Amino acid sequence: MRHVLSVLVENEPGVLSRVAGLFSGRGFNIDSLNVGPTLEPGVSLMTITTFGEEQIIEQIVKQLRKVVSVIKVVDLTDLRSVEREMVLMKVNADDAKRAEILRVADIFRCKVVDVSPDELTLEVTGDHGKIQAIVSLLQRFGIKEFARTGTVALRRSMQL
Amino acid sequence: MELTGAQILLESLKREGVKHIFGFPGGAVIDIYHQIPNYPIQHFLVRHEQGAVHAADGYARSTGKTGVCLVTSGPGATNTVTGIATAYMDSIPIVIFTGQVPTPLIGNDAFQEVDIVGITRPCTKHNYLVKDVKSLAKTIKEAFYIASTGRPGPVLVDLPKDVMQAKTTYDYPETISMRSYNPNYIPNRKQVKKAARMISKAERPLIYAGGGVISSQAGEVMSRLARRHSIPVTATLMGLGSFPGNDPLWLGMLGMHGTYAANMAVNNCDVLLSVGARFDDRVTGKVNTFAPRAKIIHIDIDPTSIRKNVSVHVPIVSDCLNALEAMEEELDAVADVDWQTKHDDWIKTTTGWSTEHPLRYDQVKGYIKPQYVVEKIYEITKGDAIISTEVGQNQMWAAQFFRYHKPRTLLTSGGLGTMGYGFPAAIGAQVAHPDKLVIDIAGDGSIQMNIQEMATAVSYKLPVKIVILNNGYLGMVRQWQELFYNKNYCATCLHLNPDFVRLAQAFGAEGFLVEKTEDVVPVLTRAFSSPLPCIVDVRVEPEENVYPMVPAGASLTEMLLV
Repeated sequence: MRHVLSVLVENEPGVLSRVAGLFSGRGFNIDSLNVGPTLEPGVSLMTITTFGEEQIIEQIVKQLRKVVSVIKVVDLTDLRSVEREMVLMKVNADDAKRAEILRVADIFRCKVVDVSPDELTLEVTGDHGKIQAIVSLLQRFGIKEFARTGTVALRRSMQL
Repeated sequence: MELTGAQILLESLKREGVKHIFGFPGGAVIDIYHQIPNYPIQHFLVRHEQGAVHAADGYARSTGKTGVCLVTSGPGATNTVTGIATAYMDSIPIVIFTGQVPTPLIGNDAFQEVDIVGITRPCTKHNYLVKDVKSLAKTIKEAFYIASTGRPGPVLVDLPKDVMQAKTTYDYPETISMRSYNPNYIPNRKQVKKAARMISKAERPLIYAGGGVISSQAGEVMSRLARRHSIPVTATLMGLGSFPGNDPLWLGMLGMHGTYAANMAVNNCDVLLSVGARFDDRVTGKVNTFAPRAKIIHIDIDPTSIRKNVSVHVPIVSDCLNALEAMEEELDAVADVDWQTKHDDWIKTTTGWSTEHPLRYDQVKGYIKPQYVVEKIYEITKGDAIISTEVGQNQMWAAQFFRYHKPRTLLTSGGLGTMGYGFPAAIGAQVAHPDKLVIDIAGDGSIQMNIQEMATAVSYKLPVKIVILNNGYLGMVRQWQELFYNKNYCATCLHLNPDFVRLAQAFGAEGFLVEKTEDVVPVLTRAFSSPLPCIVDVRVEPEENVYPMVPAGASLTEMLLV
């Protein structure tokens, strides 16, 4: 099963390879990994999406907590949370296709961030499922370039 | 007053109570070596950096204190990796200081530059590259704190040459707190209560002790608990010495080369109390048939050890000593039970297994049996010695036929299985215990992996004894080839071993050759009373095997017996 882990780390040299090395060394999977600074100086937040059986996920969480530079690990899968990814993609868009592409873009609340006579670059934000959906819709027009962030996620304030 | 990085390092070692370090100099650490004579720290010059780490490791295992070594950059640093991985697998507290090229040269493929922090990341508990002399003191404090607390382990500190030369005001932190590192020492009382209830209901309980009992100094409490509640005890290789080897409740080691009684007890117990052990594959055999009738209680300070290999009924994350003390209280609170009577049948059964199939070997005329040699070492020393081992058959016979009565008397590479560990580890132990008899039980293969340290032993007058169970083979691999690979003895026959007696003499040590069974005792006795380091080359039966043996991946009950 897919799990989203929120990992607070000391932002010191080598911390990314400590975490990445832990996954590769123990044969765990990383689906995506996103790192950025937090508002507290010297502290970064990693959002890691991974998949595996319950016992493997338990090991991943425990092993992460054991890394000396890791401050806190939360498995957001068990909680109500919001998650988002962002994608930039350059789609083939000659005159015949353009209107249809823009209609799809509109349905998904994408932004057009760049345009040329035969290409459109779209920006789309959403959870994992929404991104998958728009990608499969636009693929038939031909996606020429594609850049995708990993998931970022926060736990919801109200855990109903 | 301002101190240089080198002075800060040594001053900090002094404050950490470090009296002995093992090392090898080089360009990147000359500044440190230049200062050593000014500090009350004795440096032991090894002949290979791997030896320095194993010596620090043997020092740590035999004392409980953190071992320290110091090496130069590049090859000096890479040579420590096997030693570091050895200590990591067995949770041994050591701090390794490596030299590094000056900070402006880092990343430029400078002479003797290597990214040792990157290389050792997966085999250290934590590691540091010190880029600023101002953070040096705090880093050293953290390194010793991390190495020796929680589940202990090796910590490496990489020291660029310019940082060792730079000056700053010295301020060694008295205390330390790290928000990202807080090992849990105190057990959850509810869990302990649950475990105690489980034990009180058990009819066939068994204690399975690991190295954690020794590192948390819980041996005495565990022994008391076992005796008061009449629970038989088995231990892993790392746990040997945590429970007296001559106690009637002692079943011997379990696992691949464990005793019949220990493995049968695991198979038949209804509650298994695992203390500071991690269910390694050499212990469990086939995991899903391990302790099939038992509810498992697992005490370990490292949460990752719990449910890694085996699912357990009551996990207790805690220091073993605290958990066992709490367990004693909770067991006392459980209604009046006459434990002796309650477990009488079970004890009779386990004792029956021990007498039915004890560890044994057949004496054959014309050959010296390796097991006999180990037995005699035990008898001559009456168990009062520190034993280190190499890896392979020699290690298993040393585990089976020497009875360990006290913690920290067996130094052996359990997790990594490092050939060449025993001799330098014995040197480290001898440094820490100058008046003790320290014996490395070796094989003719393993001993050649770090034989150069004989020069270290001789130059510091460390009278370590090496007893080589010389069978002319890489015996454990040969045993597997015999049993599972159609006797295809590829690359396991050591045709041209050196003359170990003359080799010892060439180093300035004493050498003895033993070729007859009746010479074993007199020669060992002579060697053990010699003031010099000694090699005793005992020519044992070439194709003797270690039994019992559970084939890799089989269930513990599928033992091959003698």
